[in-house]
Amino acid sequence: MTVAEQRVEQALPPVRPQSVDWLPYVLLLPTVVFLAVFFVYPMLQAFVLSFRSPDGALTVRYFQAMFRDTYFSSALRNSFLLTALIIPLQIFLALVIALLINTRFHGHAWFLFICAIPLGISDLAAGLIWSSFFTERGYLNLILQNLGVIEQPITFLTFERPAWLYGAIVATEVWRATAIVMVILVAGLQLIPKDYFETADVFGASGWRKLRHVTLPLLRPALQTALIIRTILAFQLFATVIVMAGRIVPVMAGEAYFQYGLYRNINLASAYAVVIMVMSMAITVLYLWLLRTKEAEAGRG
Amino acid sequence: MSAPGRKALLAALVVLISAWVLFPILVIALASFTTRTQLYAWPRSLLPSPFSIETMRFFFQSQGVLQALLNSLLVAALTIVLAVAIGAPAGYALSRFHFGGKEAFRLGILGTKMFPATILAVPLAVSFINWNLYDTLLGVALVHTALALPFAVVITTSVFVGVPFELEEAAMTLGCSRGQAFWRVAMPIAIPGLAAAAIFTFVLSWNEVFAATILTLRNRTLPALVMNAVGLAGAPIDYRFAGGFFMIIPAIIIIFVIRRYLLTLWGITVR
Repeated sequence: MTVAEQRVEQALPPVRPQSVDWLPYVLLLPTVVFLAVFFVYPMLQAFVLSFRSPDGALTVRYFQAMFRDTYFSSALRNSFLLTALIIPLQIFLALVIALLINTRFHGHAWFLFICAIPLGISDLAAGLIWSSFFTERGYLNLILQNLGVIEQPITFLTFERPAWLYGAIVATEVWRATAIVMVILVAGLQLIPKDYFETADVFGASGWRKLRHVTLPLLRPALQTALIIRTILAFQLFATVIVMAGRIVPVMAGEAYFQYGLYRNINLASAYAVVIMVMSMAITVLYLWLLRTKEAEAGRG
Repeated sequence: MSAPGRKALLAALVVLISAWVLFPILVIALASFTTRTQLYAWPRSLLPSPFSIETMRFFFQSQGVLQALLNSLLVAALTIVLAVAIGAPAGYALSRFHFGGKEAFRLGILGTKMFPATILAVPLAVSFINWNLYDTLLGVALVHTALALPFAVVITTSVFVGVPFELEEAAMTLGCSRGQAFWRVAMPIAIPGLAAAAIFTFVLSWNEVFAATILTLRNRTLPALVMNAVGLAGAPIDYRFAGGFFMIIPAIIIIFVIRRYLLTLWGITVR
């Protein structure tokens, strides 16, 4: 139970063992109804649209069309590849920032603010920002030219330079979305009681051993949350990629966008949506399962 | 490592990471205040010469930009009203009552927060055509409300937990009804916290690209307009740079204004 939940429990008035009080249910009703209509219903509708033929029969033709689509397999591969490249970098960088902030150095509040700026920046805006650096008339070429390294501008973002394309997308996403991981980790670090570190000091633990044996194990719930949230958001990645690479680097959410925005094919777009949903649920279950076994190993479950 | 060496290493890391975050913002700002002819010129200097608002003006005078900006603000305002009006009662109930099904409700909220919700815009497009909500600002606001609502519930729960129930009880002993006690006592104390929920909702709505792009055709929000200009129409670099720079200005201002509450606000939302 987190500290916040404990506070919730303490703040509650004592249970009154009288007849059922309907007031809380009435207060919850608008939220439940709203989420049923705009969340649960479209979720089911996605399956209906992708599995039902125009005459109402069950069909897998849209999924077959999706699997045959030239972009599908590379979109699936890119979504996983980009996620696998981006998330370890984000977790590492966010951990470094969070640990720096946790030292409470003079000026740490400003450092937190600077690192938090990307919290308010969309994937689209981040893509546009970094394209001003990587694009052919961008600042990377200008800097290289001013340094006398190149004479003519280099086209970095082209299908002939896949490493640059992936590199630019990874840099943009690490720049933009490390902030949310950092905030989760800083909040998680604040929940660790100071006496743990004092005890470690008494036993003469070095900084590295404190990190390895005290901080990281206690930070595991926060890391878990950060991992799940970031992975699911990474599967929805599309604007950054389209700004940087157009359709040269297709991704799952990007294909859903093109199927609907370009071809008006709602069934195929829904099929992509269903795959993204299933991928997200599978990865969440996988993470939860991994956490569980690790906790049991550590004997804390 | 020696203490001064350690300190120098920490300082170097802090400077390096700050530069990593700020440098791209500096770059796009420089680009946005360079003239359009200069942007295409080669070679040219790094700094704008002359410093000019021509590129920014070009962006604002482009087809549909001002209307899209207005649309974005309207959608965000509608989303804030809907999310707080629907979510705050639920937050209040979670902070004040024990009741059967409370844990199930909490789990449901957690599940919706961790769901790839923007994707739901695709199936909703069909329903919205039937419900006459397609290509309307209300339709986009409803989807943004669905995205923001789980966060609004969690933020308002913690807001009302911070308002002592004893105050409401005291008001009721003095003759207020339950509703009056809420409106006259709890609500005024909760206002700053509700404002925080509103700001969080604004950031979410202002930045949302996918659902707004799918669910609109002519009544674009700003991200939807720019997304289609870039993704389907291949907008020129001057449009891209000025658009990107303009969209992050509110973000920087808002994050600066609420910098003291960043951890509380974003920290709560992930629990």
